Amino acid sequence: MSSGHGLIEPELAERVLVRALAHGGDFAEVFAERTAGLTMAIDESRLEAVQAGAGEGAGVRVIGGGTTYFAHVDGLDPGDLERAAGEAAAALRAGRAEPLPLEAVASTPQPIEQRPAEVPAERKAGMLRELDERGRAAGPEIAQFMASYAEVRREVTVANSEGLYTGDDRTRVRIGAQAVARRGDSVQTGAETLGGHRGFELFDGDPGEIAAAAARKALVLLDAGPAPAGSMPVVVGGGFGGVLFHEMTGHGLEADHVQKGASVYADKLGEQVARPLLTAYDDGRMPNEWGSDSVDDEGVPTQKTMVIEEGRLTSFLYDGVTARHDGVASTGNGRRESFRHLPVPRMTNTYIAPGEGEPEELIAEVKRGFYAASFAGGQVDPATGDFVFGVSEGYLIEGGRVTRPCRGATLIGNCLEALAAIDAVAGDFEMKTGVCGKAGQKVPVGTGQGHVRIGAMTVGGTEV
Amino acid sequence: MIEPARRAVEATLSAGASDAEAYMSEEAEREVRAHGGEIESLTAATKRGIGLRAWIGNRVGYAYGTDLSEAGIEVLAARAAEVAGLADEDEFAGPPRAGADPVADLMLSDPSVGQWTTADVAELALDVERAALEADPRIAGVEQAVYADSVERVAIVSSTGIAGEYERSDCYAYLQALAEGESGRETGLGFGLGRGPVALDPAAIGREGAERATAMIGARKPESRSCPVVLDPTVASSFVAIAGNGLGAGAVQRGRSPFAELVGSEVAGTALVLHDDGLDPDGSSSSPFDGEGVPRRRTALIEDGTLRTYLYDTYTAHRGNAASTGSAGRGGYRSQPSVGFSNLVVAPGALGFAELLGEAGEGVFVTDVAGLHSGVNPVSGAFSVGASGRAIRGGELAEPLREFTIASDLISMLKAVQAVGAVARWVPFGGSVSTPPLLIGELTVAGS
Repeated sequence: MSSGHGLIEPELAERVLVRALAHGGDFAEVFAERTAGLTMAIDESRLEAVQAGAGEGAGVRVIGGGTTYFAHVDGLDPGDLERAAGEAAAALRAGRAEPLPLEAVASTPQPIEQRPAEVPAERKAGMLRELDERGRAAGPEIAQFMASYAEVRREVTVANSEGLYTGDDRTRVRIGAQAVARRGDSVQTGAETLGGHRGFELFDGDPGEIAAAAARKALVLLDAGPAPAGSMPVVVGGGFGGVLFHEMTGHGLEADHVQKGASVYADKLGEQVARPLLTAYDDGRMPNEWGSDSVDDEGVPTQKTMVIEEGRLTSFLYDGVTARHDGVASTGNGRRESFRHLPVPRMTNTYIAPGEGEPEELIAEVKRGFYAASFAGGQVDPATGDFVFGVSEGYLIEGGRVTRPCRGATLIGNCLEALAAIDAVAGDFEMKTGVCGKAGQKVPVGTGQGHVRIGAMTVGGTEV
Repeated sequence: MIEPARRAVEATLSAGASDAEAYMSEEAEREVRAHGGEIESLTAATKRGIGLRAWIGNRVGYAYGTDLSEAGIEVLAARAAEVAGLADEDEFAGPPRAGADPVADLMLSDPSVGQWTTADVAELALDVERAALEADPRIAGVEQAVYADSVERVAIVSSTGIAGEYERSDCYAYLQALAEGESGRETGLGFGLGRGPVALDPAAIGREGAERATAMIGARKPESRSCPVVLDPTVASSFVAIAGNGLGAGAVQRGRSPFAELVGSEVAGTALVLHDDGLDPDGSSSSPFDGEGVPRRRTALIEDGTLRTYLYDTYTAHRGNAASTGSAGRGGYRSQPSVGFSNLVVAPGALGFAELLGEAGEGVFVTDVAGLHSGVNPVSGAFSVGASGRAIRGGELAEPLREFTIASDLISMLKAVQAVGAVARWVPFGGSVSTPPLLIGELTVAGS
């Protein structure tokens, strides 16, 4: 049983749930959380912004007649928790409902070998100094270099009126590097990250490699010309290239968008939305991946959900509320940024399964096109399907070969068209870390894929 | 809250800090989400916490937490001093000194937040949704209509004699309306903000969402070209905010701003006049003092097309041999202060909206941009972002346009500002900005 169970005792949880259902309701839940974290950064070769944070709090929700009543409070004081339950229940007008007796369900947190909090802070500072040296050593044109370190341990306990009492103990670490290269008037940036739902052992290999990679990206872009503008074939790189699928398909599969008619995938379940070469998953159980958890923030075990099978749309992503609405089981995608937020359907680790062949083969078949090796991020309106991606590292493809680098390109298109236009998936595969924003909540997500080719897509550059 | 903050400062000094600062906040929040004529969720919350900044000579560290008991504060104070010891020496690091008194009362708290019951504000959210549904038969639904308000009390105390507190209320409402088009659904955002619910006009918010959504029906890609572009205030504000971030002395001093070394130089068309105003009674970021207790003020940033100054907090002022402009921003007790704009205010010009379109002649009116967080290079100012809007033909709005990008670099775009509209609007996305629509003389539009 995880240590997250201990945040509030079952007896207190029961009292809170009884209070929450005092004026009726179909469902009540208390979610308690304790976080402790440390962040630091190196900038101008100086270690700074050292920050330690700690917090505790709880959120109580009651669902009655289709409305969710939610109250949250900082701290885990029993009196405050009961007061929050009373506040959540205040607007209900029905007779008392009874929660089921709590039954503890064990969860198995992701394995953590070396707790970051137990690693001397000097080692973390030392790692940042090494990143700084590696980044600056990449060349005299590296004008600025920054790196950051973040660790957080998040223990959660969930108890609900259906008798569930469980928890999770989550430890995440992440480092990031950003380089600025300058030559005359040309200023370019490059960034790279490494993170996981993992202990300090994540950095056993060569963490300095991300500094070198960030610097390399910035230096390459110094030679970049303007990006092309117009419609053309686009090859998307592996790893963070998966943010493309995350944005253009993943968000549209989140059941809250679907149920409000605000997803272009709403009436497409069971239909062919992509070519048979494409299969994709959301998998919250991938060992030690950034977007993994043992249970979601409603206490439902995370799972591997096939969302597209050989081009056919096979599943949406559900939390408890949307699953009840559709009469299906939650897919373990009910996630929340913290106890201050209501859970909503969110992706965990989302990826396109590897296909066949080498990335070079995908590129060789393109006469004139664009190679988006890495993205800075993206955004989608799930209702219209319109999306946009900022390319952080892009190249021109000419005569089946990657030629010159391009700066400042954006990819723009519509989900259904672009998904159907994926005409090749290579056999390479990589996962990357991201932070996904939705409804004002940020959660850690993994994105992944091998190299993928889209037959035609609009590249927004400056070269008309 | 001054007294507990004072005790926290003393505890941090006892833990070994040579100087200390405590930032305490207490906030009551509520939020209503409406959908399909029903209340989808009702949230009530209280937040409280403290952040402690500790200096040991020229080293600085920060710790925050929610345990405000005496024992909790002691643990936090020790942690702040401990992490300060980890940081490298920085000759410019040091606490602000108490100086001029802040403005006594900015009237930033509206009693209507407390007077309107939860049922009242729930009705407001439902009114917003209803107004959108009734505005046009092509409105198929509303993804969500949201009302939220908050009342926050903040206190800052330092070992250098700073001691102040204030209370501020804020509220906003918005909705995302869905229109049924020929080739799928279109979305439109409507929003309003103020100090309290009495300031909001739910019917106008609902109508705006409906109008924006229906205006996009039948939109297609424009041809790729360079042309005059009019930016709606919701879009202009995003670019103004990006400029505001580059005008913070922190980015400038670290060589990461397109505005580095440009004070006294031409950076914009003469039509563009930009101020930072931390005291504007309507600005959502207004307060008597900034995130480290230095009085807020009004600062001219761009006048006559010329860059006048950067924005400074205490650290960047030490380093840049300047005075603080009261520009220490703070994202609550969980973040230490860093230099940033408060409210950016673009001075309204003379042209009405129709005259602005007339001046543009043949071009594009941009009503929405997407991908700002990934499509802008904050160091060089180069950007390429997704956009949608309307064609401008013969000086009038014509067919809707979607799925195109606009690209340039920030300073080139500011220099191309040819005219500024007469009616400004507060926009809260990416920071607090008040701006009229802007006419950009020429911008690259990439479509088909």
